[in-house]
Amino acid sequence: MSATLQTTAAAAETMSGAEIVLRALKEQGVEVIFGYPGGAVLPLYDALFNQNAIRHILVRHEQAAVHAAEGYARSTGKVGCVLVTSGPGATNAVTGLLDALMDSIPLVCLTGQVPTHLIGNDAFQEADTTGITRPVTKHNYLVKDIKKLAGVVHEAFYVARSGRPGPVVIDLPKDILIGQGPYSEAPTAPHRSYRPQREPNAELVAQAVKLLKGAKRPIVYAGGGVVNAGPEASALLTEFVRLTGFPCTNTLMGLGTYPSTDKQFVGMLGMHGTYEANLAMHGCDVMLNVGARFDDRVTGRLNAFAPTSKKIHIDIDQSSINKNVPVDIALVGDAGLTLKALLEAWKASEQPQHTGALAEWWTLIEEWRGKDCLRYRQEGSIIKPQHAIRRLYELTRETQRDTFITTEVGQHQMWAAQYFGFEKPNRWMTSGGLGTMGYGLPAGMGVQIAHPDALVIDIAGEASILMNIQEMATLAQYRLPVKVFILNNEYMGMVRQWQELLHGGRYSESYSAALPDFVKLAESFHARGLRVTRPEDLDAGIREMLAHPGPVIMDCAVAKDENCFPMIPSGAAHNEMILGPDQEGGVKGVTDEGKVLV
Amino acid sequence: MPEINETKLRNATIAVLVDNEPGILARVVGLFSGRGYNIESLTVAPVDEERAISRITIVTSGTEMVIEQIKAQLDRLVPVRKVCDLSIEGPHLARELMLIKVVCTGEQRMEALRLADAFRARVIDATTASFVFEMTGNGDKLEAFTALMRPLGLAEVVRTGVIGIARGTYSLKA
Repeated sequence: MSATLQTTAAAAETMSGAEIVLRALKEQGVEVIFGYPGGAVLPLYDALFNQNAIRHILVRHEQAAVHAAEGYARSTGKVGCVLVTSGPGATNAVTGLLDALMDSIPLVCLTGQVPTHLIGNDAFQEADTTGITRPVTKHNYLVKDIKKLAGVVHEAFYVARSGRPGPVVIDLPKDILIGQGPYSEAPTAPHRSYRPQREPNAELVAQAVKLLKGAKRPIVYAGGGVVNAGPEASALLTEFVRLTGFPCTNTLMGLGTYPSTDKQFVGMLGMHGTYEANLAMHGCDVMLNVGARFDDRVTGRLNAFAPTSKKIHIDIDQSSINKNVPVDIALVGDAGLTLKALLEAWKASEQPQHTGALAEWWTLIEEWRGKDCLRYRQEGSIIKPQHAIRRLYELTRETQRDTFITTEVGQHQMWAAQYFGFEKPNRWMTSGGLGTMGYGLPAGMGVQIAHPDALVIDIAGEASILMNIQEMATLAQYRLPVKVFILNNEYMGMVRQWQELLHGGRYSESYSAALPDFVKLAESFHARGLRVTRPEDLDAGIREMLAHPGPVIMDCAVAKDENCFPMIPSGAAHNEMILGPDQEGGVKGVTDEGKVLV
Repeated sequence: MPEINETKLRNATIAVLVDNEPGILARVVGLFSGRGYNIESLTVAPVDEERAISRITIVTSGTEMVIEQIKAQLDRLVPVRKVCDLSIEGPHLARELMLIKVVCTGEQRMEALRLADAFRARVIDATTASFVFEMTGNGDKLEAFTALMRPLGLAEVVRTGVIGIARGTYSLKA
């Protein structure tokens, strides 16, 4: 660390390393820490015991601690905080850290480490934590000098929340936690090297407005970067879209940044996006990407992605620009500040819009929308999963409660994205980049801790939920009334779907055999268990779940062979979507090149 | 963006100023291996003891898009202070240091010495049966000299990898 970290250490107080850490956390505004104790971090747990400012939530597995902190961070905009021990504590956290890295969630994860003199000796519960976590974190630290400890903690929070947010690990050897050292406050001087650009280049903003005003078939494609830029950014996005009259689509991570009930919203785009969103992307002449990263789930086959378009890309991370898709105008900066600049430049510009062409574009989009690509038929004695989500959405809206949705990963996640609408940002927590099964329950815990009075629902599948089911005990301990809504089709549904469509219907190992009785399972974890199998009981079941004051598992038996449509198969283009059996048209089939893609 | 040619490869010599702290080299090397970039040569040494700054020179190759990615990815590493693509910033100098051992006697020994003189290699160790030459230059020159030494009894070669600096007044500062 250089001199910039050592602040005005006037009359530096001396205290133990553990106390330094806690004081720095407090100064950084940490109120809650998700963790699990162990030998190497006992000094920190000792210091936690003696104070009330920071609440510790004891999880049942370290991976869940990280997901809980992600849920907390994503739903509040604050930095989530995790505390785990050395060795297995740290390695169990790895999946969560990578999940946070890929979805740009700000976290600080404190890991215990064996004392400095034992590092490298294969000591009990020793792991090369900084080595293991280097590729799964935005940055990491091993503190070997207690004089630098406070500065490292402050810097970790700065790095986690600045620029493109991400997880930061601080590895803390036990002797550093026990030793005595000075405390220093967070520095006020700019960081010596890490200073991400927040304000966009004004000249490029002017060029972008010129291009946007001249657009005949425009589209706004907004992603998780808008969520990370704070609720103001979503408000600015909405203002911009309404002012311009452009259609707006969201990525999976961006849901909620634009109101789903608004007429200009064309739904989610990408692999399981709507017909109108994907065809609008394919046919647009000017694309404005706000805080999204041209992920492969969004673009489909790259050489057929929006082939006739000029592209403007707003991203705070320079390395996201021209990574997958070359763009014409790159606006490096904070999504909110850049949207603000765009709005001002748009209002100041006298260049007229192609209103006639824009009206024609909307006619075309309405035609696509008329296809009603998410239509399904609820008939017979079996609940359709789409219908279950749709009713969950509608009955939840009736309660008028502030509602937060988390998900696991798979078909249920995509149906949730398609059939549950969001009006505000920070209400939708899902594992987008990494696709981590087992994310939703612990993430929901973290959300509920941050919003004790809100309605928090984990939309789950029967396979995913078992990956972190132990967290039911955490719900019970802290009386967290998270509702777990399981779409139970007795299959790893997305795996089954791919096997049906790509692997000749050979359902290799995708059947969920020997499932637990989820009602008894809930009861054994001191929660309410509900099971619904008939369509006529669905509403009553959902109402009972929503009304129950404590945690609930609702096991909803749904059609086993339902596929998630529309679907752009791997290696296909946006205009080569497969539609469901209830729609006309759509091109079937997957190319050989597509099969090697995931 | 049509001006980016997505298939044409080019070489890039990238200079990186970094905080000299544990793990920085692992971060840089891990970035290259994790994202599948080439490293043709990499050198690192402290250049400012007082401010604890090291300078890394990386020679890599890729399409324009990949090289742009490499620079952006390097730049967002927290301990990285400055990234400069010497290959496109203007004319630059690139040099390598080589130590080369030749084991030979008689006429071959005389020939090795004559060639070393022509290439401005310095003799830094000599026995009755061997020489160690020290030589700096660009890669082509070192390779040409190595090829000439091969039939004369080339025994061992060690090279530092490339270091580079811009010509003229332009200076890379952290």
